Amino acid sequence: MNIFGHAISMPQLYGQLLIGLINGSFYALLSLGLAVIFGMLTIVNFAHGAFYMMGAFAAYFLLQYSGLNYWWALILSPLAVGAIGAIVEQLFLKRLVGFDPLYSLLLTFGLALIIQGLFQNYFGASGLPYAIPKQLGGAYNLGFMFLPVYRGWVILASAVVCLATWLMIEKTKLGAYLRAATENPTMVRAFGINVPRMVTLTYGFGVALAAFAGVLAAPITQVRPGMGADIIAVVFAVVVIGGMGSILGSIVTGFVLGVVEGLTKVFYPEASNTVVFVIMAIVLLIRPTGLFGRAA
Amino acid sequence: MNLDASVAAADTTSRDRRANAIAFAVMVALIVIAPFVAYPFFIMQALCFALFACAFNLLLGYANLLSLGHAMFLGLASYVCAHAAKVWGLEPVSAIALGVAASAVLGFVTGALAIRSVGIYFAMITVAFSQMVFFFCVEAPFTHGEDGIQGVPQGKALGLIDLSNPWILYVFVAVVFLFGFLAVQRTVNSPFGEILKAIRENEPRAVSLGYRTLQYKLAAFVLSAAIAGLAGAMKAIVAQNASLTDVSFSTSGEVVLMTLVGGMGTFYGPVVGALIVVSMQNYLAQFGEWVTVIQGVVFVACVLAFRRGIVGELAARAKISL
Repeated sequence: MNIFGHAISMPQLYGQLLIGLINGSFYALLSLGLAVIFGMLTIVNFAHGAFYMMGAFAAYFLLQYSGLNYWWALILSPLAVGAIGAIVEQLFLKRLVGFDPLYSLLLTFGLALIIQGLFQNYFGASGLPYAIPKQLGGAYNLGFMFLPVYRGWVILASAVVCLATWLMIEKTKLGAYLRAATENPTMVRAFGINVPRMVTLTYGFGVALAAFAGVLAAPITQVRPGMGADIIAVVFAVVVIGGMGSILGSIVTGFVLGVVEGLTKVFYPEASNTVVFVIMAIVLLIRPTGLFGRAA
Repeated sequence: MNLDASVAAADTTSRDRRANAIAFAVMVALIVIAPFVAYPFFIMQALCFALFACAFNLLLGYANLLSLGHAMFLGLASYVCAHAAKVWGLEPVSAIALGVAASAVLGFVTGALAIRSVGIYFAMITVAFSQMVFFFCVEAPFTHGEDGIQGVPQGKALGLIDLSNPWILYVFVAVVFLFGFLAVQRTVNSPFGEILKAIRENEPRAVSLGYRTLQYKLAAFVLSAAIAGLAGAMKAIVAQNASLTDVSFSTSGEVVLMTLVGGMGTFYGPVVGALIVVSMQNYLAQFGEWVTVIQGVVFVACVLAFRRGIVGELAARAKISL
């Protein structure tokens, strides 16, 4: 095939499609976490990238210092980082309720600087290796391409967690409380539900999703202090494209934009870093509230 | 309003005017004395960032628009000015003007798209756009990627004034800074500025009074972009280089910090804040990444306990507006 003057081979196309899906898995998990937090707290969590990075580091620490393998990390790391998130909410964000949401945005921005600076201090800018768990080594032959098992696992795990989160919010009683508290916190409190605790747990949960993405990413991207800062701007663009506060929208947009980015790497590599932002500009022009968003 | 209150209000305005005149005189005096007590290059750099912060404050302080991508205007103008001066051999004033024009155009395009969103949406959109400009600067051949544009000639302003003389350069930078500073002050105190403040306080009411609020906000955004561009272009002449740092996300964060520390919505706050942040970078450079950590801590402390900033706090204590 020959498009835009680039000779394109099918294996290359499939390869980039796969990388796109992998990146899309991370975008989806991260933007989902942002959407969940935004829905409940109406703040943008700028520290989201830092928590994603902490998730990957937690996996690394668990392996290095406690000998707990990948599968333990997949559970323990989101729990630990999520707990840190809940503490952050209790200590800091809670104090800013009632102020302009820009202040909480700036607060999480400052937290991101602190976290990233600390990790950069102790671990430098280079990456620490994290081995692919042996159960997920090797590759499948799909006939038209080889699919490394771990990459398939990342896509599957991300999709399952995203869908489970969506089902929980849309279909369960807990999710109903959550949506109700998003609409009208005072009324929900009047029914005897502890809304402040729900807010804390929601923030912790959103942060845990980011940490989960971090653990999934660790064997692919290596564990680096800058890994969160690198991805967060794209995730913001994904959130703007999908529309804030739409749970399903953020998941779908995350995966789709990952794939679009991957395809751009094949057809027009120069634009692969900027394509998501260009799409964001076009979406803003046509639908300022985002593809799945409601008017604010 | 009863008579007493209006008299009190008139009194405050005249007090404000006097306080502002004193503050301005103090600032000019400090700029004059500074090169004799501190490293002039450092002061010039601080003045560039102070102007950048003033431009940013025009948006955040008076239109309540938090742009988290303002480095794109600083950086783009810096690159364009450096390229024009070095490759096209333009004299510095035209090179700076080109840089400002480039940032104003970028401000118009990104502003037109972002301005319909408010608050955190606006902030996220500006982050995304600045990241896009960052990648553009990484890829575009004229910026020389990681190397940046080095060895920018300072040249003769308007073909007459030799900026390679450090003292003349200092005067030039001081004059451009004061021009930009007064431009921001004049804008805020003009009828246009009053309408911006009205929009900040209550946008639906401004709309109902017949103001096209989007156009006002866009105009403020373009103006802020242009002044940020002026700071960036001047910085390229002062430092004789343009690099990816100027267009990076960390620079966007720093300008927020400067404004927050000094006091948003005050004229002198961003200047004080810029001086503090630039000093921190300069004198704490040996601590490496700890600077980032300290900046983060200052951010958190300001947001939690010190929302008015230094100048804002002083002004509130003295019951004046600076």
